Amino acid sequence: MLRDGATLWHYAMRARAFALVAGIALGVFAALLIAAGKNPVRAYADTLIYVFGNAYGFSELLVRMTPLLLTAIAAALPARIGLINVGAEGQLYMGAWLTTGGALTLMDLPAFLLLPVLTVLGFVGGGLWALIPGMLRGLRLVNETISTLLLNYVAPLIVSYFIFGPWRSPESSSYPQSPAFVDAARLPTFFHSRVHFGLVLALAALALFSWAMTRTRFGLDIRAIGGNAEAARRLGIPVVGYMLVVMFIAGGIAGLAGMAEVTAIQGRLVGELSPGYGYVGFLVSWLAGTRASGIVLMSFVFALISSVGDILQITQGVPYAVVDILLAVILFIVLGRGLSLNY
Amino acid sequence: MPHRHSDRAVEGAPPLLEALGIVKRFGKLVANEIDQFTVDAGKIVALLGENGAGKSTLAKILYGYYAPDAGDINLNGKLVRIKSPRDARALGIGMVFQNFTLIPTMSVFDNVALFLHDLPVVVPRAEILRRIRDYAERFHLTVDPWRLAGQLAVGDQQKVEILKELLAGARVLILDEPTKVLAPQESEGLFRTLAELRAEGFGIVLITHKLREVLAVADRITVMRHGRIAGVVDGRDATEQVLLALMFGEGAASASSAAPVAPTHQDWGEPALELIRVSTTDVEGRVPLNAISLRVGSGEIVGIAGVSGNGQRELGDVVLGLLQAHTGAKLLWGEDATRWPVAKVREKGVAEIPDDPLSLACVPGLTVRENLALGSGGRYALRLGVDWPRCDADMQRSFARLGFARPDFATRAAILSGGNLQRVVLARELAHEPQLIVALYPTRGLDARSTTAVRALFRAARDRGAAVLLVSEDLDELFELSDRLVVMFRGGIAAALAPKDFHAESVAPFMVGAHEQADAA
Repeated sequence: MLRDGATLWHYAMRARAFALVAGIALGVFAALLIAAGKNPVRAYADTLIYVFGNAYGFSELLVRMTPLLLTAIAAALPARIGLINVGAEGQLYMGAWLTTGGALTLMDLPAFLLLPVLTVLGFVGGGLWALIPGMLRGLRLVNETISTLLLNYVAPLIVSYFIFGPWRSPESSSYPQSPAFVDAARLPTFFHSRVHFGLVLALAALALFSWAMTRTRFGLDIRAIGGNAEAARRLGIPVVGYMLVVMFIAGGIAGLAGMAEVTAIQGRLVGELSPGYGYVGFLVSWLAGTRASGIVLMSFVFALISSVGDILQITQGVPYAVVDILLAVILFIVLGRGLSLNY
Repeated sequence: MPHRHSDRAVEGAPPLLEALGIVKRFGKLVANEIDQFTVDAGKIVALLGENGAGKSTLAKILYGYYAPDAGDINLNGKLVRIKSPRDARALGIGMVFQNFTLIPTMSVFDNVALFLHDLPVVVPRAEILRRIRDYAERFHLTVDPWRLAGQLAVGDQQKVEILKELLAGARVLILDEPTKVLAPQESEGLFRTLAELRAEGFGIVLITHKLREVLAVADRITVMRHGRIAGVVDGRDATEQVLLALMFGEGAASASSAAPVAPTHQDWGEPALELIRVSTTDVEGRVPLNAISLRVGSGEIVGIAGVSGNGQRELGDVVLGLLQAHTGAKLLWGEDATRWPVAKVREKGVAEIPDDPLSLACVPGLTVRENLALGSGGRYALRLGVDWPRCDADMQRSFARLGFARPDFATRAAILSGGNLQRVVLARELAHEPQLIVALYPTRGLDARSTTAVRALFRAARDRGAAVLLVSEDLDELFELSDRLVVMFRGGIAAALAPKDFHAESVAPFMVGAHEQADAA
């Protein structure tokens, strides 16, 4: 059938584009390492051995992937309706913030009650935070790209206020952080590693996202609005209503990333929750063309890249910041091509 | 390089532009297979054909927009390679597209200057201005060079498009459906311009599917069908019958002649739509409606005449519920519907066919099937999803009833031609026997056969008791279909006419506001 051929061709083109971007990025980065007097072959080999050579390395890769998957969905879902959500970072912080509020006040609850409550709180925290730009956009006051970006600077300040003030742990007076969560508020982890239940949530959210977009009326309406909002309005689709719901859900999913970070990884609220997961997640979504399969692949790639940073720091004494250069190179190439990999 | 002699040899000079053996495929679809297409200096060649016959494809090949898979293009007998529109312009081939390419925030002057390929670093303003004025005078293209392009009426924008091609040195001018967006008197002006250009030795390609225009202005008529040239007819010998036979194959000509006028209804049924002194606020870019009172009964077609941009779109938007009446009331089947949201209005049986299907009624990125399912409310709900088999079946039936060829439902709407997109919208909107049809310029962009089908459909809808509000610029269409005619001017109703007054002479003064001047005098 013609369509099958076209689909195959489509995948071939995407694979080719992906290989091209990866090749150029790794090449440029290798040149940089040579310039710094390091051996790029050695560096890449170390990374592969570290990540794939043992269970621990791979489990850490999955841990890094989890927030990227969630923040990527937080960008991909609004993208489908034509909104640009660059605020997953702030939404992640507010999800973590509300989760912490719950964890510190409801600590007498048993785990089977507390964890679902915290999950909901994480979702609501991020969701309400994203609803602010959603409403500003719905009222035609402020463009959501700007407001989501600016709110990213506000959310960590709110978190800072609480860990310096009301929630400051009495035990560690030298370091601003909340008290440790009770065990009942800790998200389960698997396989004696740091891989946690957040990964399950992320994959479930991704599957749900993909299903809702392709198989439901709501997905059809959302894609219609994203494709031509004026036509959608004329067809009686409640455009603003959909925008608000989509922003809430997207923020909520980013909030889950924050919830998972504090309940599974940190065990308390800290100031440096995210090394920019929200921004990388946006990049992941964009490179993936907002497709679920692409998001998995790209999250994996970016988790791998951040592993490169760690490993180079240990084995070659290169600062972690070089990873930012690698990210910048990738972004630059993709922008330069004028396209995402989505074609 | 020796140029190929053909039937042109007798006249000595090679044609201005000649395309030989052009083949263009899109996947499996053969869009063009042209043995020979010629444009002579001082001649108007009409390129005639049904929607999707391959006219635009051929034009885009000549303009370097598409690369042909095979074939040669000769200019003044010399083989040329046209790889891009830039090449085409450098060779003196200009094209005016259906959708204009002016920059709305820049002045006419700037738009023209921007287009000159040899523009020096310091813009010679006086020189360019002199040339604009010169060309404008010679070719009836007068337009204020300092107005912003975005503020111009469509007809004036088209003048600027032609001006900029001429100043950039075009000798061959391709116009893609130039009259589609024009009011009748504007079309007259365009044809005067074309006549002047012809007299000065320009070669003109006029792409259209309007027979009357072709017969009026063309020196030679090239008819296309299914991507091939079905025949070339000399303008003097052409008749409507001959052209229709070439366009649609033998036997089609008689079928497309006008259907008999429907019996006139004397007593209209219940009012389907009533507007009672509806006014809207003055929002930027919209024509405010001024105390519009209008009644459309069941089983009645009310035509709205007027030059576009006099509040027709706003009227449609008010009926649909997109635009709220500031004062006044709207009743649908006797119920106060002034504040109903669009979804409820549609659910009650109002269908809308907007004037620009691509930007107002379709989502290009979705498939035809998905576009057909949009706006159906909960009609095809199947749990959380869509009952695609049921939707498909309904839509197939709707296409069949309209007599439209059915596009592949799995293709993306973006790749359909304008006419096919219009058919998709019509099939969707008319699928469920709407009780009130609001149609804005529904046959604009359709070929003769589809136009006939659509008109028949409105009549059928009227006869089964639906109300139709028909906005059109084609007076013949309005006269043919309407039971009553309302003329709009500057957001208000200038006149309401009964069938006995259906003449251009009685309608035209109201369309241009002459009645107001007469009142004032």
